[in-house]
This record gives sequence, C-alpha cells and structure tokens, in this order.
Amino acid sequence: MMASLAQDAFHDSLPWILGLPLVSAPLLALIPSWRVGAWSNAAVSALTLLASLGLFFVRPEAGMLLFIDDFNIYLVVLTCFVGFTTAVFSAAYIARESHASRLKPLQLRFYHSMYQAFMFTMLLALSANNIGVLWVAVEGATLTTVMMVSLYRTRAAIEAAWKYFILCSVGIGLALFGTLLIYLAAQPVMSDGMAAMAWSKMMLRAAEFQPELMSLGFVFLLVGYGTKTGLAPMHAWLPDAHAEGPTPISAVLSGLLLNVALYALLRFKMLISANGHALAPGPLLIALGGLSIFVAAFMLYRRGDIKRLFAYSSIEHMGIMTFAFGMGGPLANFAGLLHMAMHSLVKSAIFFTVGMIAQSAGTKQIADIRGLTASRPLLGWALVIGVLAIAGLPPMGVFMSEFLVISSTFAREPLLAIPVMLGLLVAFGALIIKMQGMAFGEPSPLPGMEAMSAPGTGARAAGYLPIFAHLSLALVAGIMLPGPLVIWFQAVAKMLG
Amino acid sequence: MNSTAFAYDAAHLIGATVLMMGFGLLYQRRMAAVIRTYAMQAMALAAAAAWQAHVQNAPHLYATAAIALLFKGIAVPAALQWLVRKLGIHRTVETALGIGPTMTAGVGLVALSIVLVLPVTTNAAALTRESLALAMSVVLLGLLMMITRRNAVTQVVGFMALENGLLLGAVGAKGMPLVVEISIAFSVLVAMTLFGIFFFRIRERFDSLDLAYLESYRGDRQ
Repeated sequence: MMASLAQDAFHDSLPWILGLPLVSAPLLALIPSWRVGAWSNAAVSALTLLASLGLFFVRPEAGMLLFIDDFNIYLVVLTCFVGFTTAVFSAAYIARESHASRLKPLQLRFYHSMYQAFMFTMLLALSANNIGVLWVAVEGATLTTVMMVSLYRTRAAIEAAWKYFILCSVGIGLALFGTLLIYLAAQPVMSDGMAAMAWSKMMLRAAEFQPELMSLGFVFLLVGYGTKTGLAPMHAWLPDAHAEGPTPISAVLSGLLLNVALYALLRFKMLISANGHALAPGPLLIALGGLSIFVAAFMLYRRGDIKRLFAYSSIEHMGIMTFAFGMGGPLANFAGLLHMAMHSLVKSAIFFTVGMIAQSAGTKQIADIRGLTASRPLLGWALVIGVLAIAGLPPMGVFMSEFLVISSTFAREPLLAIPVMLGLLVAFGALIIKMQGMAFGEPSPLPGMEAMSAPGTGARAAGYLPIFAHLSLALVAGIMLPGPLVIWFQAVAKMLG
Repeated sequence: MNSTAFAYDAAHLIGATVLMMGFGLLYQRRMAAVIRTYAMQAMALAAAAAWQAHVQNAPHLYATAAIALLFKGIAVPAALQWLVRKLGIHRTVETALGIGPTMTAGVGLVALSIVLVLPVTTNAAALTRESLALAMSVVLLGLLMMITRRNAVTQVVGFMALENGLLLGAVGAKGMPLVVEISIAFSVLVAMTLFGIFFFRIRERFDSLDLAYLESYRGDRQ
C-alpha cells in the first residue's frame, strides 16, 4: 500500500532531481534578501534530496541521454544528501560572513544561484547515459565552481580560480579528445548517432569495439578526468581552489565534485574492461592512485593553512579510492565504493568544522590556532573526531574501507600493500600532529567570536547539525553497515569488475 | 569514387591549414599577430566544419561552422585585440622557451600524433584516420603553446587553439552527435575566460617563476 502510494507520488522522479536545481538557479539570483536566498537554497536542496529518494521506488527507464542504474543511483542520492546538508551549513556560514561584511548581498545572490547550477551539472553528469552529455556536464561543473572559488575577489582567490580554470579546462579538453576516440572505437559497431555514445547500449557490445582506439582514448580520459579527480601529478589546482573559496564550496568540491570525476573514469574503465582486448586500466589506476597517496601524505607535513591541509588529505583519499578500483575484484571495489561515501561524509564535515574554526579564530594559519577544545569545546571536539575519522581510526567508517583496501591488496599483491600502508601511516601521523596543536594546549585568542555569536540560535544550530549528522552516519557505517546496503554495494562492486 | 577522393583531399587540405596555423601561433612574436593567426585558424576550422557538413550530409555541422566563423573567427579576436590594448600588453610575446626549440618540439609532437594515431586506426575510414591525426597534432600544439608562453592572453589563445583541434576531430568523426552542443559549451568557456581576464585584469599567468610572487602567494609556509 505504502509502496504503491510512493510510486504514484514519485513516478519517475529523475525530471525533478534535475529540474529543481536547474529552475531554481536563475530564480535564486532574483531574491534580494540573502537570508531568504540562503534558506530557499536549503529548501530546494531538501526537495531535490526527497526527489532522489524516489529513485528507490521507481527506477526510470534508460533513455538515450539519461539513465539510472545501481551504480549511479547511490552517487545521486549521496550527492543530493551532501548538497542539502551543505546548503544548511552554508546558510549559517554566510550569515556570519555577511555580518563580518566580507560578502555583499549581490555576491550572495550570485553565490546561491551558482550553488544550484553546480548541483544541476553534477547530477546531470551522474545520471547521463551519454558520454557527450557527461562531458558537457563536467565542463559546466568546472565553470560554476570557478565562479564560486573566485567569490571573495581577493588576489589569492582570483589566482586560485584562474589556476583551477586553466588546469581543469585543459583537463576536460583532453577528456573530450578521449571521448571522441571512444566514439570512433564504437561507431563502426554501433553505427552513427546517439547509440554509439550511450553507456547502456555500449556496454552490451563493448567486446566488438576497436581495442587500440579504446586504449588510446582511455589514456586521454585518465589524464583529463584524472585532473578533475585531483590525482597526482595533475593535482596542482586542488589545494588552491579548496583554500581560497568559501568553505561550503570546499566541502562540495571535496565531497562531491571529485567523486563525480572519479565516477566518469570508472564508467570508462567498465567499458574498457568489458572490451577485454584493450589495455588493462587497473595498473594505470593503481600507479596514479598510489602516487597520489604518497605525494599528498608527505605534503601534509608542510602545510601551514588549515584548509590546504585537508585539501591535500582529499588528494590522498582520492588516491586510495583510485588505487582500490585499480586493484579491482569484488572486495577492493566494495572498499572503493564504501570509501567514496565515507570520504564524502567525513571530509565535508571536516570542512564545515574548519570553516567555523577559521571564522572564530579569524585566521586559517594552523600555527595561530591552539586549544580549541578548551575555548570552543563543541568545535574542538568535532575537529578531533573528524580528524580521527579521516585518519582512519576505528570505529569510524573510513577505518573499515581503508582496512578492506589494505587487506584485499595483501591477499592479492602483498608487495603493493606495503607502500600503501606506509603512505597511510605517514598521512596519519601528519594529521594527528596538526590536529593536536589546534585542539589542545593553551587556547589562542579568538578575535572572530563576536561575529560567530551574532546570528541567532537557529543559524548556530544550522552550523553544527550537518557536522554531527555526517559524523554520526560515518560512525554507524563503521560499526555496522546495514545489510541491504552491503548487498547493494556488493552488486555494484561486481558490476565494476 | 572520384568525388569521394576529392572529398578526402579537400578535408585534408583544410585540416592541414588548421595545423599550419597552429605552427604559425608558435612563431609569432607580436600579440596582434598571434591573435590574427588564431582568427585565421578559427576560420579554417569553420571551413572544415562546413565541408564536413556538406560531405557527410549533416546539416547540424553548419551550425558548428557558423559558431566557429562568427564567434571564434570574428568576435573573439576582436575582443582579444581590445583587451590587449586595454591591458597594454601588445608589444611582445614573452616566451618561456625560445621560438626555435618550441618549433622543434612542435614538429616532434606532430610526428608523435601520427605515430600514435595511424597504427591504431587501420580499420577506420581514411577520412577519419588522417583528420584524427591532424586534430591530435593541433591539440598538442595548443598545449605546447600554453606551456611555453608567459602571459595570460597568449595562454588563453593556446587553450583556444587546443579547442580548435578538438572540434576539428569532432567534426571529422562521422555522424558524431552533440558536436553543436559541445562547441557551444566551449564557446561559453572561452567567453568566461575572456571576461575573467578583463574583469580581474590578469596579465601574467600565475605559475610564473617570479620570486616576489612566490613569496606573496605561498602563504602556506609557517
């Protein structure tokens, strides 16, 4: 009874998932009050999240342009969830920013509009059944995030945005060339037109495609979308873009955009694997993933800026996922998928915390922040828990996924497991050292406190709720992953091959 | 049969013109000349798109050709010339690598793309084969230009040349859908870049070797 009701209400919710952010993007630019704008932004995100839950009841038919399958449904829902919690956090964040008059009302209208445009492009990329639509969506996501990174108009913000723009434009340019090569590989088999670009059609006949063209295409795609995933050595844009933009944007960049780029890579990997004769994508992913883990882990020690610190940690974690998917097989893929979800939740929670810390301390320099657990207990302990979670300590979910990555690697390639283990330990040490300084010891003065307490209690709760919601979800996943979720992850892991 | 042979020859001729302009971009020393060469490359691309529209009987490619001609061939160069005057950077192109070595590297890249593309496309139609090799050469030359030129405007011209190469490949791929959408998406990207340069008055690209810059920006040291 309930199920049939839900079916009627949500009959094919995909148009809603894409339509809500698309329509609200221009509308949000028209709302003069930033307060109304911020809460409308959160409301639209909440509706999008509701619509995405409808996908569990009715799976839309695969079209030529859009489709939903077991793999992307999980990322669509995750994206809508983090998009919603970030919108709530963002309402509290910008209330303080605008109180401190760092952002003007006009900038905020633009910001909210871009936020929904960004959500639209990411959801479009995830639900695209067409490698051309996927590319256009990722390009759009780059554009919208560049605008949000440059929001503060400081010299550093503009430099970060420019670097991000140029590097990622080249990246997606190369990805387009790769897309073109894949189309050319498919075209003799699929004949002209849309079918030769649709995932659902291509997967059925991938074995007949020209393997050499696919191999060449995959290399371009790996460099192109790999740039957007933040894999070393193409990661140079990532720390700057994370550090100089508004904190809610750092949270969605790390938590969502990197996942979307990795998702694109994985789709192509599935296609290449289904072909069988093209180059094996696994070793390439293992190499880039492993390099990212190492580069990021050692870079963590030298960071003086709190947002950069966690940006490098994102590079490390994207490396872990890429490594896991490169290993392949049911267990490693399972670990990779779980790690994608856990990293999204925990890293965005950390960025929420870091945003509030930076606002109350009035600085992003790690050296100037001390004794937070004494001066701001709630924030301080949120930071401690967040860092312990992301560093991979039990009982949080990240521990479980990292443990699975390591153990599945040990089972198959023990020699590869040792360097990965080492990288994880190095990163662990760096994060703990930095966290200790900030969380404990003699408290440093907090010049930004006046701005922090300015907005009402509603806004204050809106700042903390998303942090604890994300962390408790990661905790639940770490202690006991729900049965249906396990079965589902296993099914997707099998799909990934 | 004869007419198909002519279709191939004409397509290769136009594609080769786009490639020549790619080389032209590498040896220009004055900003105005760089922009004029880019405009010519865009016009050659428009001709390539129109020719493919005719040969493949694919009318939507005329839209791509029109965008290439009007937006990239005329509007963007005009905007760039204006920008260059406005920012006062019209004198010389600053190079990170001399013209000679750059040209040599360019020749190497063209050889690389031929070596890479021709063996893997033995089963593909001849039309696709050569135009793909040409397209990849133009893409790599664009990348080379982005790496070897110092200021932001030439870097962007390099990016746009790279993009011309991509579109050359896309129009040459028989029956590829969404080419028009892709060229529109690129145009938006380019328009935003130019707007960004103007709005933020970006003269230099940021990863320059200027020490003063390094000190001010690596705000990361403790």
